Amino acid sequence: MNGLHDVLLSGGVQADRVIDLWRLLLWVCSGVFGLVLVGLAWALWRAPSVRNGSRPLHPDGPARARLLHWRIALATLVSTLLLVGLTAASIATGRALAGLSLDGALHVEVTAHQWWWELRYEDDPPGALFSTANELHVPVGRPVLLRLRSDDVIHSLWVPSLGGKRDLVPGHEVTFTFRADRPGVYLGRCAEFCGLQHAAMSLQVVAHAPAEFDAWIARQREPARAPTTAQRERGRTVFSGASCAMCHSITGTDAGGRRAPDLTHVASRRTIAAGALPMGEESLAHWITDPQSVKPGTNMPPTVLTAEDLQALVAYLGSLQ
Amino acid sequence: MTDRHTLPVTADQEHLLEQTWRDPPGWRGWIGAINHKTIGRRFIVTAFGFFIAGGLLALLMRAQLAGPQRGLVGPDLYNQLFTMHGTTMMFLFAVPVMQAFAVYFVPLMIGARSIAFPRLNTYAYWVYLFGGWMLFAAFFLNSGPDAGWFAYPPLAGPEFGPGKRVDFWAQLITFTELSALVEAVVIITTIFKLRAPGMTLSRMPLFVWGMLITAFMVLFAMPSVMLASTALLLDRLVGTDFYNPNEGGDPLLWQHLFWFFGHPEVYLIFLPGLGFLSTILPTFARRPIVGYTAMVLALIATAFMAFGLWVHHMFATPFPELGKAFFNAMSLLIAIPTAVQIFCWIATLATGRIVWKTPLLFVLAFFFILVLGGMSGLMLGSVPLDLQVHDTYFVVAHLHYVLIGGAVFPLFGALHYWFPKITGRLMSERLGHLSFWLMFVGFNATFFPMHWLGLHGMTRRVYTYPAGLGWEGPNLLATGGAFVLALGTAVAFANAWWAWRRGVPAGDDPWGAPTLEWATASPPPAVNFPAPPVVHRRDPLWHAPEEPTHVAGLALRQREVLVTTVRDAEPDHRYRFPVPTPWPFLGAVATTVLFVGSVFTPWAVVWGAAPVAIGLTAWFWPKKDDRDAQAIALERAP
Amino acid sequence: MNPFHNPAAIRQREAAQARVRRAGIALDVSELPSFGFGHRSLMWWGTQGLMAVEGTVFALLIGAYAYIALQADRWPPTGPAPDLAWGAVHTLVALLSLWPNHRIKQRAEQLDLASVRRGMVVHSLVGAVLLAIRWAEFRHLNVGWDDDVYGSLVWLLLGLHTTHLATDVYDTWVLTALIWSRKMALRRFADVSENALYWYFVVWSWLPIWAVVYGVPRWL
Repeated sequence: MNGLHDVLLSGGVQADRVIDLWRLLLWVCSGVFGLVLVGLAWALWRAPSVRNGSRPLHPDGPARARLLHWRIALATLVSTLLLVGLTAASIATGRALAGLSLDGALHVEVTAHQWWWELRYEDDPPGALFSTANELHVPVGRPVLLRLRSDDVIHSLWVPSLGGKRDLVPGHEVTFTFRADRPGVYLGRCAEFCGLQHAAMSLQVVAHAPAEFDAWIARQREPARAPTTAQRERGRTVFSGASCAMCHSITGTDAGGRRAPDLTHVASRRTIAAGALPMGEESLAHWITDPQSVKPGTNMPPTVLTAEDLQALVAYLGSLQ
Repeated sequence: MTDRHTLPVTADQEHLLEQTWRDPPGWRGWIGAINHKTIGRRFIVTAFGFFIAGGLLALLMRAQLAGPQRGLVGPDLYNQLFTMHGTTMMFLFAVPVMQAFAVYFVPLMIGARSIAFPRLNTYAYWVYLFGGWMLFAAFFLNSGPDAGWFAYPPLAGPEFGPGKRVDFWAQLITFTELSALVEAVVIITTIFKLRAPGMTLSRMPLFVWGMLITAFMVLFAMPSVMLASTALLLDRLVGTDFYNPNEGGDPLLWQHLFWFFGHPEVYLIFLPGLGFLSTILPTFARRPIVGYTAMVLALIATAFMAFGLWVHHMFATPFPELGKAFFNAMSLLIAIPTAVQIFCWIATLATGRIVWKTPLLFVLAFFFILVLGGMSGLMLGSVPLDLQVHDTYFVVAHLHYVLIGGAVFPLFGALHYWFPKITGRLMSERLGHLSFWLMFVGFNATFFPMHWLGLHGMTRRVYTYPAGLGWEGPNLLATGGAFVLALGTAVAFANAWWAWRRGVPAGDDPWGAPTLEWATASPPPAVNFPAPPVVHRRDPLWHAPEEPTHVAGLALRQREVLVTTVRDAEPDHRYRFPVPTPWPFLGAVATTVLFVGSVFTPWAVVWGAAPVAIGLTAWFWPKKDDRDAQAIALERAP
Repeated sequence: MNPFHNPAAIRQREAAQARVRRAGIALDVSELPSFGFGHRSLMWWGTQGLMAVEGTVFALLIGAYAYIALQADRWPPTGPAPDLAWGAVHTLVALLSLWPNHRIKQRAEQLDLASVRRGMVVHSLVGAVLLAIRWAEFRHLNVGWDDDVYGSLVWLLLGLHTTHLATDVYDTWVLTALIWSRKMALRRFADVSENALYWYFVVWSWLPIWAVVYGVPRWL
């Protein structure tokens, strides 16, 4: 799995703004830290060293005390002004982030589950609405408005190179907007502890040039490819016969389960199991037969199949581009 | 011979006082002792015991994270490990150890013979110990909590947190919060009412101010977590819906209630650390602190402002933007009173004369570690930046820098400073320096790389991470650092152990320090002060004695304590304090049965209430020697 | 008029100071009293701490109630508000009990044993009556604690107040037994005074809770 996953390597305008704030804070904080250490070092160097238990000094006379107090007051005033300035910079950054224009935004509904991301692209006319999982494709240069919700526990969606995170809290629906300005792949993770496989709940964001994105969406709107070989035909039968359809859906077949990722175009994705394994027939076979060894605690049950059935199923799924 | 002590105190009188005030011997002493120094010693040792346990849990975590996909520890155990580590460190170590030092040293520093409510103080210790045992018993039975030290529902709720794990966590909160609240009342009453005559509020040591203010914070912060955890237990055990969004409840209610407590909680840990600094630094700079009044006001300001920050733990949740801006501002502005303190300390050092002993080294580390942590705190307080680094290893770095720099290093300084008073022996300076450097280097090697990890996408609370993201190197370094840090603390504990067994005798006042605890023997006699001091100035031991020097006229065969007025510490009345009794211990046992039972069935509350009531009644009921001739003779109405 | 100018307190303080004598380089405190009333007593501070804690709990719970209620579309979400009758009776009895409470506090500070003994018996009975009334209140809440968040909040509010009431009533019974027993000592008068102070808190803290439990569902 590769892609940008770095607060300091930005793929879009929201992340850019935060990097600017970060630089300001880093410089100011480093400067202050340095000054404190210099002040301490100077104090320790200037004061004479004495033996343990030597006679204590008496408190300062009024003139000396006043001088010390004025210096401390001045240092405090400078610190206060710096802090007020930093607060203003933060608030200004926040307002700039909130001011992202939403003209022509792409709307996607994101539902977080233990431990995968359900994505429903909303702009389509109702008949062509489609659902995918764990991979968010977006067009470069167009704002994206995500509607975030959770059905089980609190999760948090975070793609560091594109912007800050938002918590998905059951009972609340929030929106999050961003814009990818450079094509590429951006790695995201769930950022709120959500149980056994919190560590393996990745989200990949793939930013395409507009034409490529339109092509991708067009393919995703189509129902699943019909099997073209006997093995794949057998695979589709195995899919319907085993318990897969209780949780998974494939449009164009009668598999309509809503509790697990939609598999209509699963083979077009780069990974499976929310980033735990790269897409491929071997991964599919491993995941289907022994998911606990990949993601201990996952809700996907192991499926027992004969070797031929398994190969057929995997071939069928591998054809769902 | 007179029945009251006179000046000078004769050897016979000292002997009588020792008999009156000492703990009973043997097992009766184990369960019946109520002397604040005995309880304080137990409390300190217990808290450090939990510190070691929490540290071992962390070493297991770091071993697992040393490399990608290590497979040493699976997700279920890992989730228990990090939850136990955080819960142990925050609830069983950090706040209790501060209260423990206060229990031992506040009465001595204010020239009192006892802490207020000694039996209640004892009860609070036992409740804390038994609560900690319950938590670890649950962990060893594979039922340790696994939803994080702040247990967010719905993950911690009945649907997604099945079994008893989170119930034990929530009940641990009940134990530790009861203990802390009782201690807070004890500490406030002690400081307000038992100070030596003449120790006005403005002559109190800054450590005492720190503990007074901390105790007030406890009173107003702890109830919030008590309420939150009670509601969580009710949701889990009897079907209430406080946090259930399907019935109108709100998971965010938990977060508000928890963090309303949780933010002041870290200041409950930080403020006593500041108190340690203000105790140790003047002694080893051989001069009184610069800006005493400003220091007190800074502590008070910090305490108030600490209650106005809690939403900064929730910037990523739905909350009005204007509100977030307010909490952003407050989170940055709270640095101002701490800055004032730092400037005053530097001024004290600059105008003093330095004694390079181990306690000072640990305290100097504060200026590096805490200040660095404060800087990352400013970053986290800024909403847009927080939304990037929240819930990542950047936060883990920040919290350890501020807690370990602001509290643990000063705590180890306090350990080395006050060890001679508690045990009568000095710790080794060589081992002290060694442990300091191991801890300092180990700490920074462990936690500095975590800033980088957070900025490069590593989230918190992950039991493993994939290879190829560039996280391997810093994680390995952090693991190495953790073992060095652990070694450093081990050296410090070994130092303490050997010193206790055969260290150099310390005498009353090995450091030439200014405060009253050094005016009595090391370790102090059971009565603390055979002739309680009268105070005329701040830093009394650094000035020539003025008359009147001491209090006379308190009884020899009864535990009489002088109670003084709040502001000016004028003598007010002589109160007869209780004698050793097993009822606080028994009351704590009954309380434990009630609390642990109610994890399993709500009926435990009903049935468990009876023994608790009986225990507390027996405790309160006066004993026969309360009505003997001598006691009646000492009675005098106001 | 200076609100901090309290002639009685000043007299007490001067009396105490007069009883401390200089004896050479020492301060002789042997003539000081063996206990004090009000803020002079340690128990008063303990009671204040307890009131601060419990008051904070109630304030936070009322805050939580407001947080939830203001987010809801309907309040109560389903069903009627609690019946007014028993809550009103409770409030009436509680307010009426303030007069004997005031008297017992005064009598205790005057060290009047006979009067205090009678007063504590009355106080104990009042407590028992209020607990019985509380039992009736619970049965007329018209909602279960597990019905919805409103039910949970109402039961917790009333439940916490009941715990607080029950522990104070029990405490009162024990103190009553003590002052009738041979173990009665002068300083028990200070305990009676503190107990009366705490009763004020129990009654006054009931009023906002009463308003929230019985009033808010009707007003919101």
